[in-house]
Amino acid sequence: MSELVANIKTYLDEKFPGELLSAEMLYDFPVFTVKHHHVVDVIKALKEDPQWNFHFLTDLTGIQTEDEKHLGVIYHLHNMYNNNRVRIKTFFDIGKPEVQSLTVLWPAANWMERETYDFFGIRFLGHPNLKRILNVDEMDIFPLRKEFPLEDQTREDKDDRMFGR
Amino acid sequence: MSIKQEHNHNVEEEKEYSILNLGPTHPATHGIFQNVLKMDGETIHEAEPTIGYIHRAFEKLAERRPYAQITPITDRLNYCSSPINNMGWHMTVEKLIKAEIPKRVEYLRVIVMELSRIADHIICNTIIGQDTGATTGFLYLFQFREHIYDIFESICGARLTTNIGRIGGFEQDWSKTTWDRINKFLVDFPKGLSEFAGLLERNKIFMDRTIKCGPISGEMALSYGFTGPNLRAAGVDYDVRVATPYSSYQDFDFVIPVGTAGDTYDRFMVRQEEMWQSLNIIRQAIKNLPEGPSHANIPDFFLPPKDQVYNDMEALIYHFKIVMGETDVPKGEVYHSVEGGNGELGFYLVSDGGRTPFRLHFRRPCFIYYQAYPEMIKGGLLSDAIITMSSMNVIAGELDA
Repeated sequence: MSELVANIKTYLDEKFPGELLSAEMLYDFPVFTVKHHHVVDVIKALKEDPQWNFHFLTDLTGIQTEDEKHLGVIYHLHNMYNNNRVRIKTFFDIGKPEVQSLTVLWPAANWMERETYDFFGIRFLGHPNLKRILNVDEMDIFPLRKEFPLEDQTREDKDDRMFGR
Repeated sequence: MSIKQEHNHNVEEEKEYSILNLGPTHPATHGIFQNVLKMDGETIHEAEPTIGYIHRAFEKLAERRPYAQITPITDRLNYCSSPINNMGWHMTVEKLIKAEIPKRVEYLRVIVMELSRIADHIICNTIIGQDTGATTGFLYLFQFREHIYDIFESICGARLTTNIGRIGGFEQDWSKTTWDRINKFLVDFPKGLSEFAGLLERNKIFMDRTIKCGPISGEMALSYGFTGPNLRAAGVDYDVRVATPYSSYQDFDFVIPVGTAGDTYDRFMVRQEEMWQSLNIIRQAIKNLPEGPSHANIPDFFLPPKDQVYNDMEALIYHFKIVMGETDVPKGEVYHSVEGGNGELGFYLVSDGGRTPFRLHFRRPCFIYYQAYPEMIKGGLLSDAIITMSSMNVIAGELDA
């Protein structure tokens, strides 16, 4: 399996010099972190190049980094023919959360990107209908960001400072 | 261009569509979905689905709950087959902490998951019958769903939102009542299912009603992220149980049924056959059930029995640490998927070493494939749209998370 990581790393380094930030094996999953400018091109290459053929978009979701200054998008791709999966991660500044939309490659990305926009405020450029999907249209926050804590702040028995996160 | 032709052309342009609100609370949609339909008479010209009516912020909730307390959240995703969600979540955490699970637990889990797959398919298929006008099958087969719930009840005490099992195994080994109920079910259900199949599978009215209704091609289904019976009905033989076996599914011999047309009838028939296959898997699991403990040896995560907690210092410490969420969890990120009742149910879990997940994302199969619905019903009749929706097995709880 780690052979796959090495092969894809060589391929991406060759085809997109400087774009790949890290390639590693996390548990049973090959994970690649790429710069956000060309993430759709990287995924397009992995999808359309016959030697990879990652033809199925399993999942797309957002994440906020631990320093709370960056947002990211996590893509899970799947090649059902030889049952290879990869995870592509990309991160960008929270002040300008913009990334190209994946709807040009898969119609399935449509609602997943809307959900990610809804919860993290990540703007997917080129998305045909980027509006909220699960929350009410009038909502003016992006609820999964860490700046909006869940529980009543008057509670002290589960204070992260006292007990660790 | 003659005057007459031009006149006709203008008439085309001024065609009036009517707007029809299907839902949010419509008796025929079995759940809270809204579809704003642009209708040309009885034909659907355009559809715009609105979802999110029962959104409960599961992913945000999960960021403030210790791992064991997230299991009840997963119950409420696809509540027609909660045990599959519970097991999927337990296995995700076990993957993160690299726990070794006894073979017996894995086989018991397979039994529970296949029982809930049957329960899930009973609901979906009888509802397709109900929506095409055959109420008998629905009322008859629902008794067997009750019997499955009786089995769950004797395992864990709950019926619908089960919270079944623990991280590491089952809360206790199964009682004699449980086994008696399972054995009785394995005798009774095939009879009921055969009768149901006899009512509908070759029924002329049912076939006329469902064949070529809401079809989707294999390529389309893949590009829309279909998984589960809906994808298999379109001819793609992808099943997580075979592609990435979990919980010892590689030990079992079963067939993955596939359809050809991807229409309502194929989706119905794939589910029918899957119920037979699930019965087959359960029989194999009982026949080959290994001896051994009913939970893994992971005292950091698996609650000790109460009599030990009251009498043994070490057990008390572990109990306290688990309940107060003071267990050390490794840092890392995992993705684990199981074959849910309606597709690949995935858990993407990121841990920063804290007592709660840093981020937990549920890959909810019906959220992803429901977006193909407008495409599937376009140009069809309103009554076809209703049974197409029933046959897609869209569960509101999972759709809205």
